[in-house]
Amino acid sequence: MTVIEVSGVAKTFSVRRRAEGRLRRERVEVRAVSGLDFTVGKGEMVGYIGPNGAGKSTTVKMLTGILAPSAGRLRVAGVDPARERVALARRVGVVFGQRTTLWWDLPLRDSYALVRRMYRLPADRFRATLERCTELLELGPLLDVPVRQLSLGQRMRADIAAALLHEPEVLYLDEPTIGLDVLSRNRVRSFLREQNAEHGTTVLLTTHDLTDIEQLCHRVMVIDHGSLVYDGSLDGLHTAGGSERTLVVDLAEEREPIAIPGARTVRVEGPRQWLAFPAGATAAPLVAAVAERYPLVDLSVREPAIEDVIARLYAGGPSALTPAAADPV
Amino acid sequence: MAERSAERTTERTVGGIAERASGWSPGRAGSVGTGLLAYRLVAGAWLRSALAYRWQFWLELTGNALITFLDFAVLAVMYAHVRHLGGFSLAEAGFLYGTSGVCLGLADTLMGSTERLGDRIRDGSLDVVLLRPAPALAQLAADRFALRRLGRVVQGGAVLGWSLAALPVQWTWGRAVMVPLLLVCGTAIFCAVFVVGAAFQFWAPGGAEAQNALTYGGGTLLQFPPTVFGRELVRGVVYGVPLAFVNWLPAMYVLGRPLPFGLPPVLRFGAPVAAVVCAAVAGAAWRAGLRSYRSTGS
Repeated sequence: MTVIEVSGVAKTFSVRRRAEGRLRRERVEVRAVSGLDFTVGKGEMVGYIGPNGAGKSTTVKMLTGILAPSAGRLRVAGVDPARERVALARRVGVVFGQRTTLWWDLPLRDSYALVRRMYRLPADRFRATLERCTELLELGPLLDVPVRQLSLGQRMRADIAAALLHEPEVLYLDEPTIGLDVLSRNRVRSFLREQNAEHGTTVLLTTHDLTDIEQLCHRVMVIDHGSLVYDGSLDGLHTAGGSERTLVVDLAEEREPIAIPGARTVRVEGPRQWLAFPAGATAAPLVAAVAERYPLVDLSVREPAIEDVIARLYAGGPSALTPAAADPV
Repeated sequence: MAERSAERTTERTVGGIAERASGWSPGRAGSVGTGLLAYRLVAGAWLRSALAYRWQFWLELTGNALITFLDFAVLAVMYAHVRHLGGFSLAEAGFLYGTSGVCLGLADTLMGSTERLGDRIRDGSLDVVLLRPAPALAQLAADRFALRRLGRVVQGGAVLGWSLAALPVQWTWGRAVMVPLLLVCGTAIFCAVFVVGAAFQFWAPGGAEAQNALTYGGGTLLQFPPTVFGRELVRGVVYGVPLAFVNWLPAMYVLGRPLPFGLPPVLRFGAPVAAVVCAAVAGAAWRAGLRSYRSTGS
């Protein structure tokens, strides 16, 4: 079942810019997003990544109805967000990592009570959800603390809980782990995993931290210059990005560079040699071939860093690979 | 399954269009209720937040009381020397002063916070407002809600009370009804001006000053009899920004005076129409502004 449906969506801003050496200002059309097409099914957890200014936040704002698209069609839970923003707000939850929805000067508990009344939540459902969030996000000791006294990590956890109190079908997270320490990150990630698994909440996660994606999302969408350059599985990203894995072999003695089909030797350092092979291929036949012809002592396989793949993707733009080709997982 | 959800989508869309065309629907009534609820919740939260800084709260309260008192003292001194202003007696001028103060004060308490919209646009916190399931206008109107704004109402109300007692007017039913009607319509007109000014900030986020000129400036203008101003200015606030309908025009009926500058006498009863038109214009401007909102990067 499709929860988010985006087809042919574009957003253009017209920006006034001062013309060179003149007092008059000229209008310039800036494309934030163009020709955006994707769907997200119920219960999916999708990573949405791209460099700064690629259009991630613009997309999320259009999906919540904060911004109206310039062209195309958007549906979230069967509703046109821009037209029915207020009705949709009851069914989606949003966490903007850099802004808080909490009341700065009031105890955390009061912010949650306001959410309950604003969303008109039944008292027992609310209490149950709050208890669960409080326990999993370890908010118990913080409930009576004014929000302005919370640390960034505590505030982020508190914000995530606030976005889930009305049990939304869809959760948008914009940089939920930005600026958090390792412990807070892990706590947030395990909570999101649980929320997705137990409650079937559809999650769209915008982040610069690729570990978030690796740990949470089976599917990833990459946006650059306002259009999708990749939509598919995380593994597929390696293949699509033309990335290579590395087989590191330790031989019993120094030898000439290894020559076997399916791999090329990229580095030799004494008895140790580095062989690169396509990320999509398996290492087993290579290992067998090396072991057969060379005195193999030890070996290890190194995965390509996802950062490198993505960096290559951003640099290459849409032509770097077949756009949005892979099947959604 | 997919077909059914597609069907529901079309229904909703058609419903949305119908709602826009008719301008009123059960959904609209529901959103008024949600708006009032949101207003109450947000205002309450701000009142409690203000108590987090007790010292600041009391200082502001004292400061405001002082300013309001000084404002009044200046006027009292002035009228102690000049018994008539523009042909208006002290009690008559007091009627204008009081009605202007009460209307602007009530509108300021209810809607004054919308002038902060520009700040919220610039720092991006409007997005948070738009994510809540309640009309944005109601939430913004209650933003930083503060009871100290009622100071103007209390002071204006006191002057109005004194003036009503002192006016040498033959009270008829028509005149008696006109006074509360004037206060309601005048408050509505000022509210509408606040909202239009706020909507303008969607295009010009620094436009709070222009808004202030119309609201607080307009309030000061209306404290004085129209006859002390020039013909062009008076015509401007009748046919342009209809502030004259707040108190000048209906007051001429209550005080039993002819309209100045040859204005048609029927305008004395125009306040309710002006209020409805202002509200409609404000609503349209607000919706247009919201649609053109472009948010900031994060």
